[in-house]
Parts: sequence; C-alpha cells; structure tokens
Amino acid sequence: MGLMESIRNTRWLSALFGLLIAAAPSSGEDAGIFDEYRAMFGDDNPAIFVIDEGEEYWLEPQGPKNTSLEDCDLGLGPGVVEGAYARLPRYFADVDKVMDVEARLIFCMGELQGRPSAEIEGYPYSMRGDLGTEIEALVAWLADQSSGMPIAPGQEHVKEREFFTLGEQLFYYRAGPHDFSCATCHGQQDKRIRLQSLPDLTSHEGAAASYSAWPAYRISEGIVRTMGWRMRDCFRQQRFPLLGVGSDVTVALQTYLAVTAAGAPMMAPGLKR
Amino acid sequence: MKRESGAGIARRGLLRMGIFVAAVAAVPTKLWATITKPSAAFAATDMDGTFAALGQTPAESAGIIFTTPDIAENGAVVPIKIEVDESLLPGVRRLYVMVEKNPNPMAAMFSMIEGTRPYVETRVKVAQTCNLYAVAETDSGFYMASKETKVTLGGCGG
Amino acid sequence: MAGKIRIRAQLDGDTCEVKALMRHPMETGLRKNQAGDAIPAHYIEEVTVTHNDQVVMHSYWGAAVSANPFLGVRFAGGQAGDTVKVMWRDNTGATDEGETTIR
Repeated sequence: MGLMESIRNTRWLSALFGLLIAAAPSSGEDAGIFDEYRAMFGDDNPAIFVIDEGEEYWLEPQGPKNTSLEDCDLGLGPGVVEGAYARLPRYFADVDKVMDVEARLIFCMGELQGRPSAEIEGYPYSMRGDLGTEIEALVAWLADQSSGMPIAPGQEHVKEREFFTLGEQLFYYRAGPHDFSCATCHGQQDKRIRLQSLPDLTSHEGAAASYSAWPAYRISEGIVRTMGWRMRDCFRQQRFPLLGVGSDVTVALQTYLAVTAAGAPMMAPGLKR
Repeated sequence: MKRESGAGIARRGLLRMGIFVAAVAAVPTKLWATITKPSAAFAATDMDGTFAALGQTPAESAGIIFTTPDIAENGAVVPIKIEVDESLLPGVRRLYVMVEKNPNPMAAMFSMIEGTRPYVETRVKVAQTCNLYAVAETDSGFYMASKETKVTLGGCGG
Repeated sequence: MAGKIRIRAQLDGDTCEVKALMRHPMETGLRKNQAGDAIPAHYIEEVTVTHNDQVVMHSYWGAAVSANPFLGVRFAGGQAGDTVKVMWRDNTGATDEGETTIR
C-alpha cells in the first residue's frame, strides 16, 4: 500500500514535470499540437499495473535455484532498488563491464536463479498485442523506484568514460542502406516525422526529456516499452542489424544519452503515444 | 506474477461473480428496474440508427459541456469528458457517448442515481476523424453536444 | 494478486471524485492477429460504482471503450473513510472488482 501511495504522489509530480518538459521543445510550428490530448490523460498511466507486476517478479522465486532476485546488486548493493535505476548504466566490478538495467537483470537471473541467459535474451521485449515480458515489468518497477531522482550514470571508472565516448561515436555513425545515423533524426531541433516531434538528443534538454520518460507505457501498443527496446527499434528503423539486449552497443548509446541528460529528474514510467 | 490465461481470468471470474451479483442486487429495484441494456442502440451502425433505437433524435443543448481533444495522437485512446450545467439542463439521468464513424457509434451509456453528478470521463476508440457525441437523457427527452476530433498517425514515437 | 482495478476517491467540497483504471484488453472482435485469424471480441459490458454498497453509477459499454479503460465519475454525499467500489463484468462473464476508501 505504501508503494501505491508513493506512486500516486510521484505521478502527480511527474505530470507536472512532464508538462514543463513537454512545453520546452514547443518552439516549432507544429509542436504542442498534441498537448491538449496528452494533458487530458492527467496522471492516469496504465503502467501502474506493470509496476506492480515488476515487483512481483522481483520477489518470485524462479529458475533452477528457485531464488528471487532480491539479492541482485544493481550497483547500490544487493537488494537496493531505490534510486538504482537513475545511476545506470554503470561499471560492475564483478563482471568487469559497464551494464544497463537489462544487462544487469539478465546477469542476476543467471547468477542468482540459474536461468540461462539465452532464455531471456531470445524474447526480452513483447511483440505488439502480447502481454508484457518479465524484463519490461521489472524495468518499469525499477524505474519507478527512481522516480524524481536525478539521472546520474557512473562516469568515475575509466570504462564508464570509454562507454560514453563509444556511445557518442555510435550516435553519429552513419551506416546501413539509408546511410543513416541516430543524429540524422535526433541531432537538430524542430525535426519531426509526420506530426511527431523528434527530440534533439545531443542537447541536455532533449536528452533529459527523452531519457527520463523511458521506460514508458505505449498507448498504441498497450504495453510498457524500455529504453533498451527504444534503442533496438531505432536500429530497426535505420535498417541496422538487430540490436542485442544488454549488448555493448546499446549500453554505450544509453550511457551517452544518460550522461547528456544527467541532473534531470527521472519520471518514468512515462506515457507515450 | 504468472501471466493470466483467459481461462484463469474466467475461473476467477466465476468465483467473483457471486460478489458482483450480490452488489447489483443491493440496487433499489424501483430505481433500477428500467435499466436494461439498450442492445439495439449498441448494435446500430450509424447515428440515425442509434438515435432511432433510443427513440428520439436529441436536440442540441448548451447545457452539455463536452470536452474532447481537437486532434488525437492515437485514435485507439481518445479521452472524453462530459459535464452538465444543471442550471441549463436539469434532471439528467443518463449520459451516452457516441462516435459517429465507428462500426457501432454507441460506445457507452452511464446511468446516475440522484446525488450522482451528471459527469463522466473515459477514453474511447475513434476509428477515423469524425464527430463525437455526448447525449444526455432527462425526463423531458434527449439532448446532445457534438465535437469533431481529428485522428492522426504519429511517427516512430519517442 | 489483487483485482486489476485501481481506484482513487477524493473529496472536493461535497463532491466525491472517483477515478478508476481497469485492466482489460477491450478487443472489438474486428482485429486480426499476426496469423490473420480474427481475435474474438472480449470487452467489458457492464461497470458499476458503489458508495457504501449503494450503487451510484451503472453503465453499459461497447467494445469502443479503449483498452485498459479509464472511468471518472462524481457523486455527492461521500465522507472520508467511506468505501467506494468499482465492479465490471465482461462479455465472457468474467468479473473483477476493486475498492478504496474516500480520502
């Protein structure tokens, strides 16, 4: 019950922040066209159901070892979930790697529960029309546990800084049949696809508005999508190869975005069209 | 926890049915005896048919304050709000939401008892750009307000 | 797991504002899945809101109400601590209910 109270409260805050941020990139002629539509949703985000499911997954003994994820170390110590999401991606000494939330969860599922990583990596994100996956639910819950906290990815360790640099290079890297890069759509202000405004992810404001709102409930799909999915789908739209869940490429891109967005408060799960 | 299969929900549903029936049975029979589903209105395929099934074409009323977005980012979820200015339109017993160009325009019917405000908020599917109708039923007949909502397709959705 | 209905009931003067979010696919029966087969209609048909076990609002719905339906209603006469319930029944006969106390 305490959780739901805090969700209700943070959701009001989120709605307020959301309005502020949504107003920020509205300089373009068409920007703001959906403001009225979005405002009518208020703070009623169906992601609350998925948040609850995520917590249940966290506590549910699973896998050959029949253990829960309660001892999973997301960077702030075993079992510490509050604020952990906002500090990711970060370096984990036990694997000598920089990981995002999805990579870390899959690691914990293997380590603590004995579940083969291929099982999760093969189907990390739900298909359109499906019920959500375990990863999506866990990420929604963990992001909610960081709601209102400043985005503060690790940049102390040399590998964390390397990942930022790699992510930045990847962001501008043109490839594929369309000779596209992330920057083609997300490197300038006031770009749009049809009526959809595209954030300039190279600016702090743009990256903050975007990064802080993922994971998000996608109205059109009726499920919560994660930042990892967002990266994968942008890769698909660029006609790049399938982006692996928790891969170095996705972690590096997310590091670049998180560092660019650093300092802004998390307000996920957000609500997207 | 475990994904609920349809069968699981149905099973749980049977267990809960008892509670639901009990609660509905608590409704004062006199007030609610007339509430049966207006199946013909729900099955009608255009506005004329819907109004015909209700028995009357509503008159426009400024007492119905109907809020829908001018333009919706996603037609699958269009927020609507119906409020009634009771000084202009007293005695509202039911509110209806209709979407002109849906396969069946009638989306929902809400019945209020005395003390319940003539007010409803929900979200409906709008298949294509068209007029949405808020209809109020009072003892003296049917009244309406309508508003067009444009439906668009968004982009890749960030 | 508790019922899949989230409810808030808050007093604003003498009016109680109830907001409920239900979890339901609200399938129209007109959509097809990826294999091209029709997805059967599956939608909430009837929703009731009660205040201390007295019905304040009863509604019939069609499949045009959006998935994961949202409902906002208002009634007079509620007091802090009173019980507000929201119940639904869908076209397959399944039901769910949720309750909260007025704040």
